[in-house]
Amino acid sequence: MMIAAPPTLVLLVDDYADNRDIYVQFLTYSGLRVEEAENGHQALDKAFALKPDVIVMDLSLPGLDGWEATRRLKEDPRTRDIPVIALTGHALAGHSKGAFDAGCDAFITKPCLPERLLDEIRAILVPGRPRSGDPTP
Amino acid sequence: MPAARTTAGRVGRRARPDAGAASRLELLESLLVAGDPVQCAQRALSWLQRRAGVHRGLCLASDPGESPRLLPLASLGVPDAAAARFSVDLDMHDHPLTRALLAAGPVLMPSNGSGAPVTPLGKAEVQAIPLAPLRAGDLPAGLLLVTPSTPAVARDARWLGRVLGPRLAALSAAGRLEEAGRRLRRERGLLSSIINAVTDPILLTDGEGRIIIANARAEALLATDDEQSEGRRRAVALNNMLFSAALTRRAIEGAEAPRHEVPLVDPVDGSDLLFELLSTMTSDAREDTGIVSILRNVTDLQRASVELEENYRKLRQTEADARAERDRLDLVIDSVADPILVTDPGGNIVMMNAPAEHLFTAAGTPRAEAERLVQANDAHFSSFVSNLFFEGDSRRRSGSINLVDPGTGAALPMEAISGKIVSEHGEVTALVTILHDRTEELERARLYEELKKVSAELEVKVREATAELVRQNELLRRSHIALEQASALKSQFLANMSHEFRTPLNAILGYTSMLLKGVSGELSAHQRRNLERIDSNSQHLLSIINDILDITRIEAGKMPLTVADFPLVDLVGEVLAEVEPLIARTKLEVTSRIDRALPVLRSDRQKVKQIVINLLTNALKFTPQGWVRLTAAHDPDTDLVAVVVADSGIGISPKDQQVVFEDFRQADDSPTRQYTGAGLGLAICRRLTSMLGGELTVRSAPGEGSAFTLALPRVPKDAG
Repeated sequence: MMIAAPPTLVLLVDDYADNRDIYVQFLTYSGLRVEEAENGHQALDKAFALKPDVIVMDLSLPGLDGWEATRRLKEDPRTRDIPVIALTGHALAGHSKGAFDAGCDAFITKPCLPERLLDEIRAILVPGRPRSGDPTP
Repeated sequence: MPAARTTAGRVGRRARPDAGAASRLELLESLLVAGDPVQCAQRALSWLQRRAGVHRGLCLASDPGESPRLLPLASLGVPDAAAARFSVDLDMHDHPLTRALLAAGPVLMPSNGSGAPVTPLGKAEVQAIPLAPLRAGDLPAGLLLVTPSTPAVARDARWLGRVLGPRLAALSAAGRLEEAGRRLRRERGLLSSIINAVTDPILLTDGEGRIIIANARAEALLATDDEQSEGRRRAVALNNMLFSAALTRRAIEGAEAPRHEVPLVDPVDGSDLLFELLSTMTSDAREDTGIVSILRNVTDLQRASVELEENYRKLRQTEADARAERDRLDLVIDSVADPILVTDPGGNIVMMNAPAEHLFTAAGTPRAEAERLVQANDAHFSSFVSNLFFEGDSRRRSGSINLVDPGTGAALPMEAISGKIVSEHGEVTALVTILHDRTEELERARLYEELKKVSAELEVKVREATAELVRQNELLRRSHIALEQASALKSQFLANMSHEFRTPLNAILGYTSMLLKGVSGELSAHQRRNLERIDSNSQHLLSIINDILDITRIEAGKMPLTVADFPLVDLVGEVLAEVEPLIARTKLEVTSRIDRALPVLRSDRQKVKQIVINLLTNALKFTPQGWVRLTAAHDPDTDLVAVVVADSGIGISPKDQQVVFEDFRQADDSPTRQYTGAGLGLAICRRLTSMLGGELTVRSAPGEGSAFTLALPRVPKDAG
């Protein structure tokens, strides 16, 4: 394993602790760094503070929900370029549309196996794609 | 009479021997100067008394009138009343005095002691001397009766008879002539005034046509004098000419010609007059033949005749008009279907049309019953009409009479409308009555009433039903709202449940997956097997949750279609690849045969795939051994693309072939059923197929496998 750059930082936002735990375990196991947030406000704070490479956002969150949080992230120049993968247990059509409207870059319906999430993250961080954590060339 | 006595005395004294002759001469002189027969007779009787000593005497004159009689002229020594009463009817030929009158000389009438005296001179002997007539052969002028009948008396009386008779006759004849002349003048005057009173001109003309006598009217037309105007004279001259011509024509044509008309001119006003000439020949022995002409004024008659003719013509014309009018009226009246009757003030029917005759005359078969009904009708009608005649001012009246058809005996309720025909003097001369059968009208009215009643009832019912409907509608609407709300709630609930299920399920699947991947270290074979069971059940649970979610989405209309063109061959390949792990677990022979020429399908690729996968997994699940075959073909006629999944499995009984498409149902619904699954697969497939405009059908029999056919339009209908 050759690591030229620091491992990818994933900000995982989910209010359900066990789900966070699964993804944290697996992503960490797969060699990624993972930061957690359990609500919208926390997500915003950590995003601004840590500038993750990708944000995995559960949409149903207490308080400030995932859609609103994503909108604010995409409105803010500091976090505008960070890809957001929406994750929801709501499979109804309206949800995905609302997610894209809010600025999400990808949309995954639960249940989502950890490896599937890893695949999505890898797909969205394709080589050449500028990562917020990368030094500006 | 002193004068006579003096004279007589003087005569007697003058000649004694000839005293008789002198006395007679004296008498003759006195008789000649006497003016009338009575005076003569008295002088004669006085002379006889003086000369011959006559006591009593009576002088009777013979009156030769229609009933010849002897009438007393003068008497001597006889009471005047008795003398005046005495007369003798000369037709009594046996009377002694009649015989004495007609005797040749004096007759001595002896005294008759016992019988009634013949003369008023008493019972003594009487000398009767006839008085000589004027002309020989005539009836004696009278009879002189004297008493006593001495020879001297007889001598002087006989002489007196000879001289007194002619004198008396002459005197009475002169009296009669004068009387006749007077009478003639009177009669002539009377005749003249009668003739003049006649308004028609009357003329007597001689043979030459000269006018002898003319009445006033004739003179006005035909006579003239110098004082008249020139115009009148000319008119009169013309009239004379015309009249003469008419007389001549009449003379030629004779009296037999029916009428001789003479046109004359009125000299006074010049107007034309027309006369009819009636003339008669008169002949008189002493005069020439004359003609009596009467002109009857027929001017007015002619005018009247012309007018009469004109009037008659007009009358004929009027009559003809009236007849034509009447004929027309008859036609009209007869053509009216309603009975019409005309009644006189006495209530008698004077005219009726054919329909009325049917009611009021027992024509045709005179049955006793019909007769009775006709009489009843007549009585009803008469009563109605007589009421109207006595009703005061109203000229019209309508009412109803109940008559009966004499032919059938059916009741005929009639409406009667009567109008009085009033003369210009205000008298009611007739009454016209029109009867109108109200049977139909009444029937209609009855039906109408019934209809109205039924209609009202119906209306009430409809209103009730409508109210009920409104109420039900409202209930329905509410229940619909409630249902919609419930459905929305259900959908929401299911969506929420699905979410709530997924979250823990996500954790189960996630942890299981990580364990199996060795994230937590190596697993023993036993641990791995158990973990795989957990994983498999979790997957099944997830598929159930997904199915529920699908149905919820379809029902909530939240299953959008994404229509695109795609080749079915590719899709079938994908399906087979995805199901390959399942196929691998079976020992079934799975084949697919896809028509290479299959056209590109335009539909929702994801949905079609979901359906085909479902059908294929079902076939694998319910086929213990044998084969599963997937075929696809296009029918150009219907432009349908059919995907058929057939198997040699357990099959489905006909009664279950519908059940399998219902929610949460399997053919075997029992708690101990052999096959797992929520039973939502086919229900979802059918819903999806219907969304795509296609049809999902099954052909199967127990033990002989099943064949599910998905038929889809190649191109969606609404997309053209």
